[in-house]
Amino acid sequence: MQSFWHALEIPLIGVAPENKEDLNSSDDLVIELNDAVALLDNFPALSGMGFQLRLGEIVHLKGPNGAGKSTLLSLCAGLLPIHSGSGMVLGNDLTNQTDRRRIRRLTGLLSHESSLYDELSVYANIKFWCSANKVDHEVIDPVMDRLGLSGRLRNLKVSALSSGQRRRTSLAVIVCRRPRIWLLDEPYSGLDDAGQKLVDVLVTNAVSFGATVMFTSHDSKRAQDLATRTVEMQGGRLKRTPVVHEPIISKSTRPIRSEESA
Amino acid sequence: MIRDALLIARKDLRIELSSKIIFGQVLPFSLLVLILFGLAISSDFVVAGSENRTVLEQVAPGLFWLSIVFSSLFAITRSFSLEDKNGNLDALRMAGIDPASIFLGKALAITILMAFLEIVVGALAAVIYRSSILDIEILAATLAAATFCISMAGTLYAGVTAGSKSKDTLLPLLLLPTMAPVLLIATRSTEAALFVEDQTGWGWTILLTVLAFLYTGMGMLTFGSLMEES
Repeated sequence: MQSFWHALEIPLIGVAPENKEDLNSSDDLVIELNDAVALLDNFPALSGMGFQLRLGEIVHLKGPNGAGKSTLLSLCAGLLPIHSGSGMVLGNDLTNQTDRRRIRRLTGLLSHESSLYDELSVYANIKFWCSANKVDHEVIDPVMDRLGLSGRLRNLKVSALSSGQRRRTSLAVIVCRRPRIWLLDEPYSGLDDAGQKLVDVLVTNAVSFGATVMFTSHDSKRAQDLATRTVEMQGGRLKRTPVVHEPIISKSTRPIRSEESA
Repeated sequence: MIRDALLIARKDLRIELSSKIIFGQVLPFSLLVLILFGLAISSDFVVAGSENRTVLEQVAPGLFWLSIVFSSLFAITRSFSLEDKNGNLDALRMAGIDPASIFLGKALAITILMAFLEIVVGALAAVIYRSSILDIEILAATLAAATFCISMAGTLYAGVTAGSKSKDTLLPLLLLPTMAPVLLIATRSTEAALFVEDQTGWGWTILLTVLAFLYTGMGMLTFGSLMEES
């Protein structure tokens, strides 16, 4: 994983240990859902979802508001239980509560909410979440530098940040964590052009060094440039059967446009 | 587990030092309640057969604990609103922190903040209600055990209501009846520390401690399920 940090143009200082014992999957299928139903306040936000995600893919989830994209990300992060059907993430069963807790440690979820404490500074927030995730604090400064959070922003309270700066701080926590699966809900939201390009670089580099990414975005052009595959959701399920491509790590690191969007 | 609990407690205390909600808003509220009680109850009436003790002096322990119980509601609600806001509770779940650690950490931070609040409010109550302390050891033990008890029960019930859309109104409804025995025992114990010389206060203090450990056990066992439900 040294090269991951070099690819981020971050000097290698400390890298959190990998939890290989948590990876039960024997092949490159990292997420598999079969006829999965997930409820939000008794409403089937996912209604018979069938989906597969393979190692090294960058999948763009698209669809109208309320299609179930965010619910799918929460489900794959282990935050939501499956009401019926079945689902596996990195070989862990989504219907089993103990497995779902294990899944949470292996995935990183960038949700609509910032997951930051408004009263704490940018640095204090990242430090807290690194401690909570058992990540070495030595990675904090390089990551903050890379995400443009050092300097005067470092000790600024999160409540004083712009939405783009909050997004960068939330992303910094995920970069520090280095999860196996990145689940990003509207990662470009609130970011300027430089920030959006940074997201693309972070995602591409993470995938090049073993991660798998699934993200939602209403910026179709940018998303399709980044993604190796696009799947469309409607009414809590896939609109059409997804085509599974070769994982990006076995191809060029250059982003590949999906067949469906072509 | 202890490491994570201390991490959560330190974070909550750091946020309080930064925001000063407890010191700047809850503490003045407690003091205001005490003063209003003092204004509502005449200090001229003397309790029959009580060595010239005024009614206000006699009911001071109960009024003190009542103001503390009311204030604790704010402290507990505030503690959980930190996690509710910005999806932080989900982020704690994603970090794989043991729910028992979250329970202990939040309860520990509330205990420390409430202990500080009680010392300040208690000092003012002694002045307003003209109370004198007969047994400082029983009083200190009562403060410690009751604070522990209130924090544990409060954190447990905040976990119960965490997933509810009406948690702000539901928490007092569930918690205040639970606090009734704590209020009763803490008042009796404080009365013993202020008025009685025969050490009967220790019995009440031990009872409070047993209750506190009961709530701690219940919280540690059930908080995982409560977090999953929320």
